[in-house]
Amino acid sequence: MPPTRPEPADAPPLLRMEGITKRFAGATALDGVHFELRRGEVHALVGENGAGKSTLVKIMTGAYHRDAGHVWLDGRPVAFDTPADAQAAGVTAVHQEIHLLGHRTVAENISLGREPRRWGMIDWRRMYEEGARVLAGLGLDIDPRAPVASLSTARRQMVAIARGVSLGAKVLVLDEPTSSLAEREVAILFGLIRRLQAGGTAIVYISHRFDELWAVCDRVTVLRDGKLVGTHEIAALERIDLVCLMLGKSREALQHGATAFHTRHAARGRPEGEPLLRAEDLRRAPRLRDVTLEVREGEILGLAGLLGSGRTETARALFGADPADGGSIHLRGRPLDPRHPADAIAARIAYLSEDRKAEGIIPELSIRENLTLAALSTLTRFGVVSRARQRELVDRYMRRLGIKATSAEQRIRELSGGNQQKVLLARWLCTDPVLLILDEPTRGIDIGAKGEIQTLVNELAAGGLGVLMISSEVEELVEGSSRVVVLRDGRSVAELAGEEISARAIVHAMAAESPDAGAAAPAPMET
Amino acid sequence: MSEHAGIDTAPPPSLPRAARDGRIARWRHLGPTYGATAALVVLVVANAIFTPHFATASNLWNVLLQVSEVLLVGLGMTLVIATEGIDLSVGSVMAVAGAVGAVLLPHGVALAALAALAAALVVGLLNGALVAWVRVQPIVVTLATLIAARGLAQVISHGGELVTIDDPAFLALGRGHLGPVPAPAVVALAAAVATVLVVRMTPFGRYLLSTGGNRAAARLAGVPVTRTLITAYAACAVMAGLAGLIQAARLGASDGAKIGLNMELDAIAAVVVGGTAFYGGRATILGTVVGALIMQVIATSFNMLLIPYAWSLALKAAIILGAVYLQRPARA
Repeated sequence: MPPTRPEPADAPPLLRMEGITKRFAGATALDGVHFELRRGEVHALVGENGAGKSTLVKIMTGAYHRDAGHVWLDGRPVAFDTPADAQAAGVTAVHQEIHLLGHRTVAENISLGREPRRWGMIDWRRMYEEGARVLAGLGLDIDPRAPVASLSTARRQMVAIARGVSLGAKVLVLDEPTSSLAEREVAILFGLIRRLQAGGTAIVYISHRFDELWAVCDRVTVLRDGKLVGTHEIAALERIDLVCLMLGKSREALQHGATAFHTRHAARGRPEGEPLLRAEDLRRAPRLRDVTLEVREGEILGLAGLLGSGRTETARALFGADPADGGSIHLRGRPLDPRHPADAIAARIAYLSEDRKAEGIIPELSIRENLTLAALSTLTRFGVVSRARQRELVDRYMRRLGIKATSAEQRIRELSGGNQQKVLLARWLCTDPVLLILDEPTRGIDIGAKGEIQTLVNELAAGGLGVLMISSEVEELVEGSSRVVVLRDGRSVAELAGEEISARAIVHAMAAESPDAGAAAPAPMET
Repeated sequence: MSEHAGIDTAPPPSLPRAARDGRIARWRHLGPTYGATAALVVLVVANAIFTPHFATASNLWNVLLQVSEVLLVGLGMTLVIATEGIDLSVGSVMAVAGAVGAVLLPHGVALAALAALAAALVVGLLNGALVAWVRVQPIVVTLATLIAARGLAQVISHGGELVTIDDPAFLALGRGHLGPVPAPAVVALAAAVATVLVVRMTPFGRYLLSTGGNRAAARLAGVPVTRTLITAYAACAVMAGLAGLIQAARLGASDGAKIGLNMELDAIAAVVVGGTAFYGGRATILGTVVGALIMQVIATSFNMLLIPYAWSLALKAAIILGAVYLQRPARA
């Protein structure tokens, strides 16, 4: 159902951002981005990881300062110093992790920071009355005296929105508002959004869920690698168009020029290896719904999907980091139920995590200490870590992977991203794994190191290692994988092998309408 | 959602500061421990010149005797702080160990000492289990055990009375000498050497620093995070128990209400001044030795100069703040 039409396109925009640029430690997070928000519209902001969505929103809401560019609100130039400034001017963000005081009541949270006072004391009666009025105005049936912690996630989100509204928000930023909501709760949220929209509030809507974009948004702005790709009326776009915009491919190239990707892949044409790992119907609430895949010895199985499709969740379930609630895993025909990473490591599974900084490096420790961390038990004799064997291992891998550092004793946080990644890869290689799970192995590292890592992974697979490679770069999957499994909304929806693997096929499977629509039935399993 | 996954350095508050951080990062890394060592040297030299009778052998042994209990407790505290935790219960654990040892002394020195250390171990395991399994904040867990163990110590010593000790073998632990060196100093020094070796050479040492440095990454690398945490708290408690036995032996009596009182504060101060950072992932045992010595030299010299105790507290406070200031920006 098309929501209430926002005001006509020629009316002056409520919020205009022009040439917004933001750099962090030399890296450009946003590069000359333009963004316009009309009164009463719901405007989707989409892009893959690193596109700059969060940075743009943080500049919009005063959490970051822009390095260049201009912002106008209601035609007046503004520069917010703090989120409080932005709120006072009518720009409020409701974040993924909701910022509310759990032990205080709904009304206290709504009025926090500007409590009604009487003779210097908080006027509790008026506070509850005002809270009740705001909630009623939004059609919300929530007790203003209930502690926020007693509410469901969805209701907490409503309270956060009510707080924004009571602050006089003209612009409301909703950052992944449905990520932890059940379907019924999503409907309630959409009702609230329409009500706000009808009242003239403009909403910036960030979500990875395509269904929602078409259900609730009027326009969409796509960012990629910190640059503006474009702003479109969402009704004029097909899903495949939006995926193409996000990934930076033209639809024509997908349809005609796909052969360019069919290049020399070492693994293709190699005789098929023995089945190594088979996962069936993997489930883990809420993101992982039904994933089935098989990795063979000596192959690189690509795992494709948009952000939020369950790629990392699949890897973490296989590795026991966030164990599956349901489904089965077999390694070389024997059932495996990793409840902890140590279980998976004992079964010789290795997992190079997606977020190098948060889940990879131990920043204060040296290259040597980081590199040998997962293999320490094999280097220990009589309770002491053998210096000599450690040295031998570290030297070998530093040479083989071309790790550039002043010495093995240099602290890992002083290395470049590419070299950190090589150390982490070496950490796993020295555990002598049979299955290597790579989660975005080349993200955020320079071109040179990227090529080196890709070559190395190919060599490892040629040597008989099974590799499961997650990547949001379609080319990497097309060129690197012998087979590709595509995930959508936590389900494995397609499997492509050999000549079927093309950017077009992958993107189509990622973007298809809905899991049970049948439009993109899973490709038959190979014989 | 990590928008900046592609950027290797976390966004710093502003660029100039980032540049400055990079320039002096190396210096700062070494700063706390080197700074503390330099401060200790200055203190000793100044005292040797200005404080009568400071630079004498008997005073040296006296300083070492005085410092040994804080040092023992500080060693364990270093391990716990390296995991991004803290142990406030050490003083009470000393009292429990002292009380158990004194009460069981009629059954033999060996049994009494072992039982005392076992009692300390139990408290440490409890601390570790609550922190690692139940995930209660270390400061809350160990505050609770601080209170409980202090009470327990008084219950054990027959409802809070002074239990006098007259077994010569036991008393030797606090009053004996090995050559000219006081026995407590020998024990503390041996413990320091052992701790250095454990941290530097064993898998546990590596696990300890990994768990404190980046728990999520450590877990994904297969580090037994839970076991490591529990071991750190257990080791800390056992060393505190040993310190409690030494104090009881030195005093010739176990006083459940007094032994180890406020020891947690002195131990934490020694660790911090020595350069082990509160954000975890680093442990400098040598630094803790130096930190404990600094605090002791100040106390001793002020005492010898007949300067009021209150002034030594002020100077200690300034040194603690200075040490924390040096550690402050190490993490961007």
